[in-house]
Amino acid sequence: MASATEFSVPRSALTPALYRVVARGRETADVVTLWLESLDGERLSFRSGQFNMLSALGVGEVAVSVSGSPSDPGPLRHTVRDVGAVTHALCSCDVGDVIGVRGPFGTDWGVTGNATPHDTVVVAGGIGLAPLRGAVEELAAAQREGAGRVFVLVGAREPDQMVFLDDLAEWEKAGVVVLITVDRPAPGWSGRVGLVTTLLANAGFDARHCRVLICGPEIMMRFTARALNELGVDLASIWVSLERNMQCGLGWCGHCQLGPLLLCRDGPVVNYLEASALMNERER
Amino acid sequence: MRSIDELVAAHPFAAGLNDEHLALVAGCAHNVSLDTDTMLCVEGASADMFYLLRRGHVSIEVHQAGRGPIVIETVGPGDAVGWSWLVPPYRWTFDARAIQPVGALAIDGACLRAKSLEDTTLGFALLSRVTQELLERLQATRVRLLDLYGEPRG
Ligand SMILES: Cc1cc2nc3c(=O)[nH]c(=O)nc-3n(C[C@H](O)[C@H](O)[C@H](O)COP(=O)(O)OP(=O)(O)OC[C@H]3O[C@@H](n4cnc5c(N)ncnc54)[C@H](O)[C@@H]3O)c2cc1C
Ligand code: FES
Repeated sequence: MASATEFSVPRSALTPALYRVVARGRETADVVTLWLESLDGERLSFRSGQFNMLSALGVGEVAVSVSGSPSDPGPLRHTVRDVGAVTHALCSCDVGDVIGVRGPFGTDWGVTGNATPHDTVVVAGGIGLAPLRGAVEELAAAQREGAGRVFVLVGAREPDQMVFLDDLAEWEKAGVVVLITVDRPAPGWSGRVGLVTTLLANAGFDARHCRVLICGPEIMMRFTARALNELGVDLASIWVSLERNMQCGLGWCGHCQLGPLLLCRDGPVVNYLEASALMNERER
Repeated sequence: MRSIDELVAAHPFAAGLNDEHLALVAGCAHNVSLDTDTMLCVEGASADMFYLLRRGHVSIEVHQAGRGPIVIETVGPGDAVGWSWLVPPYRWTFDARAIQPVGALAIDGACLRAKSLEDTTLGFALLSRVTQELLERLQATRVRLLDLYGEPRG
């Protein structure tokens, strides 16, 4: 017999709803942002850090975080890096094309509706800023209303792999501390060169009373958490976004299992105390 | 205005040095303000100073014929620049350039070497700090070789 929880799963989580691409923007050579509107006019409500399963019709379905802010009344926003068959099909979509959207799924950054007087430090590696973008928008708005300070630290391999440059400039104008660094500067780059961890010590946040949200490759998150801890940040104040292959998104199929967690349900956003022990586990 | 002793004591490089050692280091130090584009170190030149940065950023560069300078990393307040004063032949192995107006403590390497020979406890304390910094830089270099941002991720 089906359990009560199974029956309580909303239809939007089981069957992809059809969305039309209403705008498309290129962030870098292999990263594209899509703005989507539901064909039936419904608005998806989500929290920053959650993801949807996006289907390129006839190709396949993949997990992609929402890169828009929950408070943005505009179209649903996703930012996709072209790494394989499905993401390539999504990145190749033109305005007017229709894709499937199922979700939202998973845990969030705990930012939506949860302003704090303490500093929030957002650390992103490369396209890891996409799942954090909505959270930064919310945090910047809360800071304007008197909530804690916001610090956005971004590292990328090369300057042309840096996403959301316009947003970074806007956030800085709005009073967010924005620091960026690259590993390999291109000619004309006059900014910082070095790992994202080198931005931490002089950023100016209160290491003893802050929360930190990190998203990027796991090795980057591990090194960042370690460097933060050396500066006095409590590991329990650090949150990371973990990725594993997703299929059902509902905690049913087990594809996304990491130790005791099903990351589609118990993640992707996980407290670092729990995540650190699991980060070396291989995907099943 | 803060004295040189206070400025040295406030720099992370000096954290944990005892008062006697702090005074010895401060005796070899003076405060400098450098304009943007000032070269702190030039590859091949005599390495007689090293710098404890207090303000502004410095880029560590290697010059390549036909390609101009290649920036290896940038360092900022709280960092130290230059280790070649410590080991023969005391010549810089890279360029270091102020990319902003920089405030730093310039420390006379020959003076510090002489004091370290006289007081080996100072020498040991300095070597421990330099080794710590070098290890951190080596670790950062290794991580960069791993390509920290290289995996596909969302
Ligand atoms: C919760 C979550 C949120 C995500 N958010 C985003 C996002 O906002 N933007 C975005 O571009 N991508 C995001 N991803 C990653 C995205 O789901 C994968 O890139 C996608 O599944 C690849 O599918 P594909 O068919 O294009 O490539 P495939 O042919 O399946 O894979 C191509 C390459 O990518 C690697 N890969 C596949 N899946 C992942 C993964 N989950 N993590 C790391 N490497 C992977 C494969 O090992 C292979 O090397 C997210 C993943 C998860 C689990
Ligand atoms: S994706 Fe099926 S259980 Fe998580």
